[in-house]
Amino acid sequence: MNLHFILPKSPKDQEVIVMAGKPVLYYYNARGKMESIRWLLAAAGEEFEEKFMKTREDLEKLRNDGVLMFQQAPMVEIDGMKLVQSRAILNYIANKHHLYGKDIKERALIDMYAEGVADLNEMIIIYPFGPPEGKDASLAQIKDKAKTRYFPAFEKVLKSHGQDYLVGNRLSKVDILLVELLYNVEEIDPTIITSFPLLQALKTRISSLPTVKKFLQPGSQRKPPVSEESVAEGKRIFF
Amino acid sequence: MAGKPKLHYFNGRGRMESIRWLLAAAGVEFEEKCMKTREDLEKLRKDGVLMFQQVPMVEIDGMKLVQTRAIFNYIADKHNLYGKDIKERALIDMYTEGIVDLNELILTRPFLPPEEQEAKLAQIKDKAKNRYFPAFEKVLKSHGQDYLVGNKLSKADILLVELLYNVEELNPGATASFPLLQALKTRISNLPTVKKFLQPGSQRNPPDDEKCREEAKIIFH
Repeated sequence: MNLHFILPKSPKDQEVIVMAGKPVLYYYNARGKMESIRWLLAAAGEEFEEKFMKTREDLEKLRNDGVLMFQQAPMVEIDGMKLVQSRAILNYIANKHHLYGKDIKERALIDMYAEGVADLNEMIIIYPFGPPEGKDASLAQIKDKAKTRYFPAFEKVLKSHGQDYLVGNRLSKVDILLVELLYNVEEIDPTIITSFPLLQALKTRISSLPTVKKFLQPGSQRKPPVSEESVAEGKRIFF
Repeated sequence: MAGKPKLHYFNGRGRMESIRWLLAAAGVEFEEKCMKTREDLEKLRKDGVLMFQQVPMVEIDGMKLVQTRAIFNYIADKHNLYGKDIKERALIDMYTEGIVDLNELILTRPFLPPEEQEAKLAQIKDKAKNRYFPAFEKVLKSHGQDYLVGNKLSKADILLVELLYNVEELNPGATASFPLLQALKTRISNLPTVKKFLQPGSQRNPPDDEKCREEAKIIFH
């Protein structure tokens, strides 16, 4: 259904149209900093469209149009807003879809855990863009931090309460983002997760949710692992 | 919920200063436990109180919170500095993330090798003048209100004003072409809690210097 051809009869109809309509994601055709947002929207069952930048001119056009508050992407048009900054976007989606706990203390735990997830995920996102001679060291650091810092921390949380989700016995943004991270680390080294049975169980459980299952299947909007071509494209557009 | 928050960090601004600003602006008294040696950091790690083996860590309301954004957001939520609905929260988060990006360049600079600091200073000045200050001036101009979001004080206003002070320390006159930012800075600085924090003798730290760099190297290397 193409909403652009519905003529609003009154301001109230206009408001409904602004909230309706799928989010539109502005980025290039790769994981990068947008992939966590794709995971969260998909897991929340919110369909979205994508407008892919292919050249630096595409980025410059968005900048000239004044739609990128800090001249950067990701940008997501959602519910009448043009949001930039991935945390702002992730938090809005989490709030909208009740993936943020039930009170401010649960929110604090969710945020604390999500920031740890983001720290390790950041290393994974950027290491392909570093100088070739540093790649081995970066990879070694990622594996080490996963094995000795981050995975133990999250395994300990799950062990402490024995529940199915990280916080408040309920699905939240951090369960989804952690599982994305587990898949990312598995692509680098499938053996690391084997010493963390509760993380494995979380991964299985979240992957079985209908929306996530669908996202994990071929043909979804999930992007493939980074390749030399996508690194080159990213450098051309953004660097 | 009783008992003052306890801040665990070393004796410098670093990543803890924005938290000090926010607590102070919210009128929350807090205590500080300063690390002086690597052993101090290792002890906290062994005690199992640093979820990711890192500081800042803030003991608050029965929690041992790490990760600066988690700490900011909790303080903002607790003290009604986070807007009135999820859309206002989104704007506050978006603005805060821009502020944090520029502040990150500033707070990490003293800990760079001295020969790299000049280039970093040029980058900070450029980004402030051409990217961040214009963006926030534009927001204030768009609605003409006293605060960035929803005509009410939020974490974004406090963190932006901290940023303005930080940039001006490095580049006096940096806000000269941004009248609405200057007005915001004055307005926020006059809030009783912020005014107190800006006075000598408060828990506000002086700029991080060479001595800080050496101390941080010892503790964190």
